[in-house]
Amino acid sequence: MKFIIMRRELASYFATPLAYVFILIFLVLANLLTFFLGGFFERGQADLAPFFGYHPWLYLFLIPAVSMGLWAEERKSGSIELLMTQPVTLWDAVLGKFFAAWLFTALALALTFPLWITVNYLGSPDNGAIIAAYVGSLMLAGGYLAIGSCMSALTRSQVVAFILAFVACCAFLLIGFIPSLATELPGWAQTVVQGIASLSFLTHFDSIAKGVIDVRDLLYFAMLIGFFLLATSIALDVRKAD
Amino acid sequence: MIKTEHLSKRYNTLTAVDDVSFQVNAGEVLGFLGPNGAGKTTTMRMLAGFVTPTSGTASICGHDIETDPIAAKSSLGYLPEGAPTYGEMTVRGFLDFIADLRRLEGARRTARLDYVIARLQLERVLEQTVDTLSKGFRRRVGLAQAIVHDPPVLILDEPTDGLDPNQKHEVRQLIDEMARDKIIIISTHILEEVAAVCTRAIIIARGRLVADDTPVGLAGRSRYHNAVSLQLEKTDQLAAFRTAIAALPAVAGVEISEREARLTALPRGGAPILTAVSELAAREGLKLKELHLESGRLDEVFRTITA
Repeated sequence: MKFIIMRRELASYFATPLAYVFILIFLVLANLLTFFLGGFFERGQADLAPFFGYHPWLYLFLIPAVSMGLWAEERKSGSIELLMTQPVTLWDAVLGKFFAAWLFTALALALTFPLWITVNYLGSPDNGAIIAAYVGSLMLAGGYLAIGSCMSALTRSQVVAFILAFVACCAFLLIGFIPSLATELPGWAQTVVQGIASLSFLTHFDSIAKGVIDVRDLLYFAMLIGFFLLATSIALDVRKAD
Repeated sequence: MIKTEHLSKRYNTLTAVDDVSFQVNAGEVLGFLGPNGAGKTTTMRMLAGFVTPTSGTASICGHDIETDPIAAKSSLGYLPEGAPTYGEMTVRGFLDFIADLRRLEGARRTARLDYVIARLQLERVLEQTVDTLSKGFRRRVGLAQAIVHDPPVLILDEPTDGLDPNQKHEVRQLIDEMARDKIIIISTHILEEVAAVCTRAIIIARGRLVADDTPVGLAGRSRYHNAVSLQLEKTDQLAAFRTAIAALPAVAGVEISEREARLTALPRGGAPILTAVSELAAREGLKLKELHLESGRLDEVFRTITA
């Protein structure tokens, strides 16, 4: 059931220009950031750090666009009633849709492979670290998408879903900066601040982006995704028909 | 069999459905009637498992809608109000998707898909996206979706809404055809439809079940039940004849339409008055254009019950 729903959802991305526009913008922005802001050539290092370093910020704008329609559109067109009266569980639908969006993002990410070829042509990078960073980026995208799915489940307007997802993801990013702003605080408050910051995407993404895969970071993303998908299904269950 | 017991749905202060209990058996076509906002759609949504009841229970073919929802939904074909579908999908893609969800496989899948496509005349639009279809075609796609797995129970929310008279006739024929071995619930506010396809009608007003009867039984509650309607050739005899008819002991009242030269005699307590009225008309030497016996007016019953 999850697979059937996922397949339909994935196909629906490509039924509209949204998919192509998204992939195009993603690729253009990813490359611009890498080469201009990231100083890919000037650094003189054969790695993709400038590429992956911008992913949290790139996703902040682009992922909510992928997730905004997941449930808001179903509500708006009324097709949620059709879907929920088929013999499928709510969880099947939530997972199926989430994986469709994730797979779509994975495809966009995979299309950045020319960069990987470039860096291998120019030098001899640590390809293990690059693969690790791709995995990390995918997990990061999953986290954003799960939040976006939850926000989409709260409303019937895609615009509102986009804004809610943007703000929520922004919050999850920015709490990572609190410790650097709060160096004057007493010790116990530092601990609290560190605790909050450890919930941030940045804290967990930075080391993966450098090619260090820590099970705890992967676990963080897995739990974040699980939590927000659960929240999605609760939001849907409470106000399916609204 | 569909069974509901004390089914209720409350939204904050609003009670959409209030203590509704009924039972429908195989072979019955149940018409759900009621003014807009009376709770028809909410009741159907609860049966289809889309809205969770606040209190009370309902079961479909013995499967409780809350404790065993997948089994209940599997025995059900449901056409939601407005026949929503996925607009960007082609008709074929959409029906394939539903067939997948309904776990139709192999030869049966092919046979069922062929059947619904032929029965609802969708061949012409199979490769078109649903968004590009007319309202009538969209409704038919919705119906195809509801019956593709040949469910024992069908719940159709306004299946003929937005269809032209030919399409309405088609859909009614389809319902008639399926009625033999299925339980069908349809909601409508077209009263002639109830008389045409339903074996039983339930009227809901302000969330409460206010009538549960056969269409004939409902018509029998009308003050026009057994009324006699006469149309005269000329209006000049109208006034005199009115007095004569009103004097008959079995006649409760007389209604007149000057424009049509029509006169309707209402019976006292629904007792037959046709003989008395026609004999009187013969004695008075009336030139009649038309004389007929009314079986009762559903719209009038509907208005009386739901007002």
